[in-house]
Amino acid sequence: MTDTVRYLIRDARILGGERADLLLASGRIEAIGQGLSADGAEVVEAAGAVALPGLVDLHTHLREPGREDAETVATGSRAAAMGGYTAVFAMANTDPVADTAGVVEQVWRLGREAGYCDVYPVGAVTVGLKGEQLAELGAMADSPARVRVFSDDGMCVSDALLMRRALEYVKAFDGVIAQHAQEPRLTEGAQMNEGVVSDRLGLAGWPAVAEEAIIARDCLLAEHVGSRLHVCHVSTKGSVQIIRWAKSRGCDVTAEVTPHHLLLTDDLAESYDPVYKVNPPLRTAEDVQALREGLADGTIDIVATDHAPHPSEAKETEWSQAAMGMLGLETALSVVQHTMVDTGLLDWAGVAQRMSAVPARIGRAVDQGRPLAVGEPANITLYDPTATRVVDPAAMASKSRNSPYAGMTLPGRVLATFLRGVPTVLDGKIQ
Amino acid sequence: MRHLLSAGDLTRDEALLILDTARELAQVGERSVKKLPTLRGRTVVNLFYEDSTRTRISFEAAAKRMSADVINFSARGSSVSKGESLKDTALTLQAMGADGVVIRHSASGAARRLAEWVDGAVVNAGDGTHEHPTQALLDAFTMRERMGRLEGLRVAVVGDIRHSRVARSNVLLLNTLGAEVTLVAPPTLLPVSVDAWPCEVSYDFDEVLPKSDVVMMLRVQAERMNASFFPSAREYSRRYGLTAERFARMADHAIVMHPGPMIRGMEISAEVADSARSTVVEQVTNGVSVRMAVLYLLLGGAIQGPGHQGETR
Ligand SMILES: [Zn+2]
Repeated sequence: MTDTVRYLIRDARILGGERADLLLASGRIEAIGQGLSADGAEVVEAAGAVALPGLVDLHTHLREPGREDAETVATGSRAAAMGGYTAVFAMANTDPVADTAGVVEQVWRLGREAGYCDVYPVGAVTVGLKGEQLAELGAMADSPARVRVFSDDGMCVSDALLMRRALEYVKAFDGVIAQHAQEPRLTEGAQMNEGVVSDRLGLAGWPAVAEEAIIARDCLLAEHVGSRLHVCHVSTKGSVQIIRWAKSRGCDVTAEVTPHHLLLTDDLAESYDPVYKVNPPLRTAEDVQALREGLADGTIDIVATDHAPHPSEAKETEWSQAAMGMLGLETALSVVQHTMVDTGLLDWAGVAQRMSAVPARIGRAVDQGRPLAVGEPANITLYDPTATRVVDPAAMASKSRNSPYAGMTLPGRVLATFLRGVPTVLDGKIQ
Repeated sequence: MRHLLSAGDLTRDEALLILDTARELAQVGERSVKKLPTLRGRTVVNLFYEDSTRTRISFEAAAKRMSADVINFSARGSSVSKGESLKDTALTLQAMGADGVVIRHSASGAARRLAEWVDGAVVNAGDGTHEHPTQALLDAFTMRERMGRLEGLRVAVVGDIRHSRVARSNVLLLNTLGAEVTLVAPPTLLPVSVDAWPCEVSYDFDEVLPKSDVVMMLRVQAERMNASFFPSAREYSRRYGLTAERFARMADHAIVMHPGPMIRGMEISAEVADSARSTVVEQVTNGVSVRMAVLYLLLGGAIQGPGHQGETR
């Protein structure tokens, strides 16, 4: 890909508001205005589509190294581009675990080679995600990958003392601990949200308190030691309330919600189809409502996909044997439109904040999540909210097919994604 | 009714049809011929991922008494134990042309998954901690034989409700059939959302006991003790065991049921288990009749009502 080609995006609605043309050159936004002259630039007709800053996903599982049968950095970053993302944070639970400078550098390099979006490796908090001993956080921070987000995601840093130390230690390089909040003893063998549905289905329950207790503890710890805490995939009403309370006390906590927790509920497990099996589990309609409200009022700062690809054999099985997780990158914006925009809870500027600016800021991705303004990096997503589509996992760029939205009609379509002025997606097709 | 996956899927009419059919088939069996030609040429596969000789033998006897070809596909020593997936096994059964598959599996929902992958009728013979619908049917059959009715019958189900597929299926079926169920257990052994179930709940066995027409004792596994569901076997037995002393305080007409296998001395004392008011042995006999009825209705097809004697006699 070359950056010598200039692009003129004609007639886009910037953050869903005013209509304007955007001229992209040398990786930056060179001009914004009405009736800009193409002057040799390639013209991309937006036809009134919404222009958003390139989306940033703080929570992606790219599976490489180790599970290249499920996803690779290349296929996952293509899926990201198709979903309108220009940056993803790749979680550390690979094989080997991203707990050394060597592994995070490898992932970072693979991302650069693929070139579809910026790939920021997340470093593990503890060696091997075992929750026993801190990984070399400083070495990962100092590596060319410049890691700032650390997470044992998939596992909870459940030891309170270790969590305290991690929170304290990353202050030296402006890092953040992204906690997967799951009290392990309360969730031994857990299969789905504990409640009416799990009791009927005879599947071991995953109580909301197992998430909420860890979040409450971590907020208090972060406040005590003056560190940054990020809470991954908040899934319960009680968690929203606790985070709201912690923020009101001045705790430096941020939180994310996944698209699937904004839309899907635990009764989908009635089919025992493990495509709906995910960690944290799908919760109740009441939780979904609280999450939407929390995202709207800023209690929950961002949407992150927790894109979790799995090969079909990991899902075409009994529920209890199946892997946890679902695809998210290629449907996230549509689900957010459906649950937040079409319901009147957020406007497109609010979406841009929660899916681009704030996740970039939390992850300290300096050239991502910038405003659509002259001189800024040309990371742009063009999205047509008037389109509708029936979700077809077979047509996805991801290597895996475990989308819970298969067959659902969702609004919106990503028309184009530009990474530093270069289209990674045009006409809804990967470039 | 294409499969029998959950007792909750049965309407009242369907449940009664199974019980009525079971009675007819039982009478035929008693009279003379042990073997009916009803399912000749049909293949029934017993797919058992969990060791349960009792249940497997019961289904096998039921199928054979109706002249079906029976294939026992037990997890041990087959490709199943070598890591073959349930789906691959299902495709094999499909290729073999199985008309019915009886599945016992440690995973809740396994029967429902299987039903998506095979064309034949699937009978859930116990899936994890979910359901065991033929057990509930044979329990209902036994109650009706002994007590003469199900409507308004007061049934206490005592023990590890939370982990019991028998309890789940019984609550659903007995509710459909108009009985009044009270679950009795320490709070740790009840599901968290039990208040949403169509039954009463009590922590006090002694209070429920004299008011019950049927007392169904469930097995309590010792491993629950290690997981802190209750402090000790002795304490459990003292509070929730059917001791001879408690037995004496039951109503005169009341019966004692147990799905087996029993832990004598833990949830039920030996003299109670062996008493004339215990239905444990009948439950085994009735199990075959009820399973015959289920296989007959699923595989033999078109019975519309009680006037279907022609084919069974
Ligand atoms: Zn996680």
